[in-house]
Amino acid sequence: MRFGVPGSGPMDRLSFAIANAALGNPDGAPGIEVSVGGLELECLAGPVTVAVAGGGFIVTLDGVRSVSWVVLTVQQGQRLRIGPGHWGSWTYLCFAGGLQAREWLGSVATHALSGSGGGMLLPGQVLSVAEPHEVPERPIACPAIARPRALLHVVPGPQDRFFDGVAMAALLAEPFALSDAYDRMGVRLRGPLLTPVARLDMPSEPVARGSVQVAGDGVATVLLADHQTTGGYPKIATVLADDLDGFAQLRPREIVRFVAVTPVQAVALARQRAGARAQVLAGARRTDRALPPGM
Amino acid sequence: MAFPRFRPVADHAVLVEFSDAISDAAHGAVLRLDRAIAAQPFDGFVEAVPAYVNILVRFDPLVTDHDVVEAALRHMQTDGTAPVAQGAMHEVLVCYDADFAQDLAEVARLTDMTPEAVIAAHLAGEYRVYLYGFAPGYAYLAGVPEPLRLPRKPVARRGVAAGSVIVAGPQCIVTTLTMPTGWWVLGRSPTRILTGESARPFLFDVGDRVRFRRISREEFGHADG
Repeated sequence: MRFGVPGSGPMDRLSFAIANAALGNPDGAPGIEVSVGGLELECLAGPVTVAVAGGGFIVTLDGVRSVSWVVLTVQQGQRLRIGPGHWGSWTYLCFAGGLQAREWLGSVATHALSGSGGGMLLPGQVLSVAEPHEVPERPIACPAIARPRALLHVVPGPQDRFFDGVAMAALLAEPFALSDAYDRMGVRLRGPLLTPVARLDMPSEPVARGSVQVAGDGVATVLLADHQTTGGYPKIATVLADDLDGFAQLRPREIVRFVAVTPVQAVALARQRAGARAQVLAGARRTDRALPPGM
Repeated sequence: MAFPRFRPVADHAVLVEFSDAISDAAHGAVLRLDRAIAAQPFDGFVEAVPAYVNILVRFDPLVTDHDVVEAALRHMQTDGTAPVAQGAMHEVLVCYDADFAQDLAEVARLTDMTPEAVIAAHLAGEYRVYLYGFAPGYAYLAGVPEPLRLPRKPVARRGVAAGSVIVAGPQCIVTTLTMPTGWWVLGRSPTRILTGESARPFLFDVGDRVRFRRISREEFGHADG
């Protein structure tokens, strides 16, 4: 973030990690983030084994529907289509052997606004797998911790001093809805106004992914993967890193609530959840499950 | 509460504040701590992001926690008052034509100056690169002359073009992306802050100095071509 470049990367880091783990790929192997806009790919040379994980999207291969979370091998000439389903805002398509992608500043992650890094895909673009190989086809279990998360743990601050007790009480007691103003930078919330009581004269300062930033009009925005790295609007609270994956899977109009924890509780929760994540990823690497008949 | 202040951020960072207001002394303290961390990072250190008066220190919560990091950073505090070395000088071109300067008239009204006086005041400033932030290549320059300093707008203007020269308070930025901003748009520059060169992807280093030079619309067209 030193040169104004946010971490970027997947909106839902857990689901992306599960898709790579299911293929035996190294953590962070390049893949594709698919929004509710969907994606269709034709296999020009195959076979290519892929994994899909994240959200409840509709996955079809040559029109035949698969389960949403799955490892599939696509043959030359086949078409893989991913479209929005019952739930979720993002899903991840990873490739056994990893996708070849352009690096910027030592990463293939894409900063969507600037197009820097791996880059956004365009119709007609041809993708190549770095080291293609086949992996057994099977469903991937969607663990409870990868479901949408509507209860977000926050540590108040670092600029809670800009707000009075009424605003903090409203943040922690009232429901908020995601608005349509939702992209990779962040999502604006609808709910009670959290109007700052102090003058907006703070020097621009570094901000973290998960910041609940409040503009002068009192509207709160949760900053996400491609967030600005500094800002001059006060942050009333900051969401714990682990809650952001499930939060990103909510859709506009869905409801969230905030609950405050102390910094000590936040670190304890992070450690406890890291254990659960490690178990889920170990489970995703197992290849001894079979696809149901008819697949 | 005395400075420096340590403010916890979620489960993975501490914000260290040296002042509430921009000053060379506060920024000097930020740079000294930044260098001290780089020279001897603590266990679980992830990244330090320096800004005007504070520095965000990110850590791995599986390795350390807020209290341990705060203690490590307090231990690094030196009483150093060594001046920050003079940075390189860069000239940045700017065209103030009306369609590039959507807020020039409003800034003139609010500061009780003519638009030409606003431009002259902006050109008179000597600016220093205090930090990069917000988005890739957004170099925050401090040094806007006193009469031009306005608080940022309560609500952002959307779709402000890349290359816009924008000001708020003592700060000035040449933008690199088309984005919303709550700052005042005074003009547009053809000077590229994101150079596109892999060896030196960003034009300025933190601590460098900048002067603006006025160009005509015609020169802008040539320089931008």
